[in-house]
Amino acid sequence: MKLKRHGIMAGIALTAATLALAGCGSDNTTPSTSTSNGSAGSSTDCASGSLTAQGSTAQKNAMDEWVKAYQQKCSGAQINYQGTGSGAGVTAFSGKSADFAGSDSAIKDGDETTKSTARCGGSPALNLPMVVGPIAVVYNLDGVKDLTLKPATIAQIFSGKITKWNDPAIKADNASAQLPSSAISTVHRSDDSGTTDNFTNYLKGSAGSDWTFEHSKTWKAPGGQAAKGSDGIASTLKSTPGTIGYVELSFAQNSSLSMARIVNGAGEPTELTPEAAGKTIAGAQITGTGDDLKMKIDYATKEAGAYPIVLVTYEIVCSKGNDAAKLPLLKGFLTYTSSADGQKALTDLGYAPLPETVRAKVAASVGNLA
Amino acid sequence: MSLETRETTSVGIPGGGGALPRKRRFGAETLFRGTTTAAGTVVLVIIVAIAVFLIAKAVPAIRADGSNFLTEKNWFTGDTPPKFGVAAIAVGTVQTAVIALLMAVPVSMGIALFLSHYAPKALANVLGFMIDLLAAVPSVVFGLWGRDSFAGPVRDLSGWLHHYFRWIPIFGSDGPYGKSVMLGSIVLAIMMLPIITSLTREVFLQTPTANEEAALALGATKWEMVRTAVFPFGRPGIIAAVMLGLGRALGETIALALTLGGTYTIALDILGPGGNTVAANIANHFGEATDMGVGALIASGLVLFAITLVVNLIARAIIYRRREFVGGSA
Repeated sequence: MKLKRHGIMAGIALTAATLALAGCGSDNTTPSTSTSNGSAGSSTDCASGSLTAQGSTAQKNAMDEWVKAYQQKCSGAQINYQGTGSGAGVTAFSGKSADFAGSDSAIKDGDETTKSTARCGGSPALNLPMVVGPIAVVYNLDGVKDLTLKPATIAQIFSGKITKWNDPAIKADNASAQLPSSAISTVHRSDDSGTTDNFTNYLKGSAGSDWTFEHSKTWKAPGGQAAKGSDGIASTLKSTPGTIGYVELSFAQNSSLSMARIVNGAGEPTELTPEAAGKTIAGAQITGTGDDLKMKIDYATKEAGAYPIVLVTYEIVCSKGNDAAKLPLLKGFLTYTSSADGQKALTDLGYAPLPETVRAKVAASVGNLA
Repeated sequence: MSLETRETTSVGIPGGGGALPRKRRFGAETLFRGTTTAAGTVVLVIIVAIAVFLIAKAVPAIRADGSNFLTEKNWFTGDTPPKFGVAAIAVGTVQTAVIALLMAVPVSMGIALFLSHYAPKALANVLGFMIDLLAAVPSVVFGLWGRDSFAGPVRDLSGWLHHYFRWIPIFGSDGPYGKSVMLGSIVLAIMMLPIITSLTREVFLQTPTANEEAALALGATKWEMVRTAVFPFGRPGIIAAVMLGLGRALGETIALALTLGGTYTIALDILGPGGNTVAANIANHFGEATDMGVGALIASGLVLFAITLVVNLIARAIIYRRREFVGGSA
């Protein structure tokens, strides 16, 4: 009995705390549009009011940083970004419970497009690439510090065709490394994730003959072990020798894991740096029309010095038909995130800044929001 | 019944008290009765409402399933058509829970017996308090601890077990060892300890002193006394405690999502990376689930509900069968 009561009390306390938190910020919706009360004297367009947004967890850290910086500059602004997942974010956006959504993938044709267009009063919703997260292939192997891997080799490792560290395919690219004969244990995400989607999309795009699975948020290949979240993969890798996995750059840095150099489409082994990742984005093809900046990344990019495994996450926002009361803040905030300052603020968090050519286009699209 | 007749009857009984209180139609009695009936009905209404909701969400998902919901192992709800099934996660749930139970029950019974019959009273109080404290640790803490620090010792243990007992199929994997059924079920066993211990301790303490003293008087040693007096008396209580622990094991979510290998395979081997449960699968996929995905997860929840129901029915049956025997001997 005693145990049970403890549980109930804790539950009540938790619920109360959650309610209190949820209450914060969402009730102050009085729209007032005073511009430029920037205390730091910067060029940030300030507007007051409140915004609610949700979606991708991959850009949660970036959003937190941006929201903090923006609110510091603009005292009247209140922005909430909840990392509920891309799918939930897009649903909330279409259901008008979010002012914009963060998503790891652009709005899909069909149902998603229909619903989001209806939400924007007949105008299309825009996909604005905003946060670029390079994905690192990380490993834990005693005595091996700089491993170089070809896309085909990575695909064979993760699909279970290569099972030993001293496989000839790995040896071919790492002639000088002391590769042990121990088994390779691959670690993938157990939860659905845009990181998995992009990583498998990369394998499909750069080593299609060795990677026969469709890209998806759910890991499709058999074998290996799974871990919840990027922190789960990082932790598993740290504690288990002989493992290899994929995480966003920030997790690889925070856990000081060894990152593999990836051979890109031009045939050169590339180390993962924000600049190298940015080169891939600069070479990406924009498939959206007008202000829509939906991108198609060329994973086999021949760009010199480009690191090919990158995750682009979008802000999804109405081109027209935004709530007039919220528009100034929406525009002000997204103008900040797409500014050179805003992008630079992310480099310490393990993201890559948008290359200047793309950033300018995003900023122009934000300027056209109505 | 009229007031008059009632008075005459009560007077007519020798030694009878005075008249019964007048029956008032809308007195406190009626009000209280109405309130309790309403409270009882609310439970029913809530359960029916939840059941209707679950079934309404689950049925469309199961219908849209491109493969057999009961025999498919994978969980690909994003495909067209979606392919998902509970085979691997349902087997994993039972496997993890049973292994955890096998480890937790002997240890908790040992602790309970020590606390109730062997330890000095002061020590028993302190230890009992600490066991209860263990139950208040949130499961995510157990999960993170299991994932980040306990994984190391378990890896060494796995290597040792494989080295000496590889002829037993469940210790067949030659590594590398990481998150496995072994790690998950040990963490789960630790989480079940306080529940089983607290309950069995209470049961052991209630053994009639007369039975214990009778056993000792007949020349039994302490262990023989425990075997002949304490265990038979406490058996239904022990079974109830084990079932309660099993209930926790079957429903445990986040600790297992963090410590199990999270793959969709059915294997005897418990050392290699692998293992998954229904609840852990829900925790893993809920965040990014579409409408279809949520329906599929709810359907798997219904399966878990069915498993729990069967386990509880079996437990009830066992307790019911034992009741007469214990009642006769006590």
